[in-house]
Amino acid sequence: MSQYELDARRILCPMPVIRTQNRVVELQPGDTLIVTCTDPGALNDIPAWCRINGHTVIKTERRDDDVIITLEVGAA
Amino acid sequence: MTQRKAVSLISGGLDSLLATKVMLEQGVHVEGINFFTGFCVEGHTHAIRKRDQQKEKRNNALWCAEQLGVKLHIIDVIEEYKDVLLNPKHGYGANLNPCQDCKTFMIHKALEWIKAHDFDFIITGEVVGQRPMSQRKDLMPVIARESGANDLLLRPLCAKNLPETLPEREGWVDRSRLLDFSGRNRKPQMALAAQYGFTDYATPAGGCCFLTDENYSKKVVDMWQHRPSRDYELDDIMLLKVGRHIRPKDNFKLIVGREEGENKFMEGYRKQFISIYTTSHPGPLVLLDGRDISDADIELAGRITARFGQGRDAETVDVEARLPGGEIKTFQVAPMPPHAIKPEWYV
Ligand code: SF4
Repeated sequence: MSQYELDARRILCPMPVIRTQNRVVELQPGDTLIVTCTDPGALNDIPAWCRINGHTVIKTERRDDDVIITLEVGAA
Repeated sequence: MTQRKAVSLISGGLDSLLATKVMLEQGVHVEGINFFTGFCVEGHTHAIRKRDQQKEKRNNALWCAEQLGVKLHIIDVIEEYKDVLLNPKHGYGANLNPCQDCKTFMIHKALEWIKAHDFDFIITGEVVGQRPMSQRKDLMPVIARESGANDLLLRPLCAKNLPETLPEREGWVDRSRLLDFSGRNRKPQMALAAQYGFTDYATPAGGCCFLTDENYSKKVVDMWQHRPSRDYELDDIMLLKVGRHIRPKDNFKLIVGREEGENKFMEGYRKQFISIYTTSHPGPLVLLDGRDISDADIELAGRITARFGQGRDAETVDVEARLPGGEIKTFQVAPMPPHAIKPEWYV
């Protein structure tokens, strides 16, 4: 189980969701992905995308202008 | 009996929500697909404009998928979509919306997707006669044919008004339980939504994208007219959604931030464009988009920039212009008087 990071700053939704989706496809169940965004809309969209597609959001936080979402990849 | 699998084009509107639900009710396995062309009406402007940030910023396609309990695949088609917008075989609608070609393109992409993922057919929320351009009854078979989907394309909300498709003939779905909606009357959809218990669904005023918007389309045309080629990047079409666009000369235009959220968003483009703001008074951030921008042009832009800041009535204001490479020019200008900003400069 590994941890990965994704920089999705300075792009607007739904691009951070698309980038997350395309990255998650390459990962294994149980892996963690930390996504950093600047569009606050990602705070709604990435968790919604995770709920629909069977992944788990472990943590969301705001740091300055960044929104950081940590998710665990679910079973395919 | 094997459970059949359909992919549903989910736009985020009510029709695709209902069409998907009708299929789920028949025991079909459905997954959603949503294409991002760069022009989609989604959270962008909310994300950019500070005063809209209190509003809920949900992505309606994701919201629909969650209501339905289906997966949603969002596909970036920005590059491929350029050809649809630049060379639509069937032309444009009231504005720059190439709806018929757009539908054909999306259904073709869905066809590729079902082949790659071993799905059986495609569904859409289209209703005959609902939109003048792409949902005319005579065009529906054309779209099915030109997309290559042919009778793998089922429109559950109006299927009874159309010839039988393969999923109906094969008994994968029960035609008698499909619908016969037609025309612009939205009442049947609203009644069905109530029956299924859907509330709070999105009701976009125009179409599903910015290309149906007159002002937005004008900005796209202006961009094309003032560039050597009509090609565009995602950044170009994003910036058309932001700020006031003012073109005082053929070779450049100003993008003037209208409020804090827009200024902040535009900050991210300072390495790509000349940016200007007034240092002696609070005011907007301005980007200059163009070519061969001279010092005189920058000064002219400085005067216009000053007009939109709090120094508009001062005799002179201090201006700072930053070039994409980081070089900084500072100068003083007299704010341009209001009457000197010609109405035709506004794009
Ligand atoms: S409104 Fe826009 S997204 Fe919808 S069919 Fe027309 S061009 Fe395509």
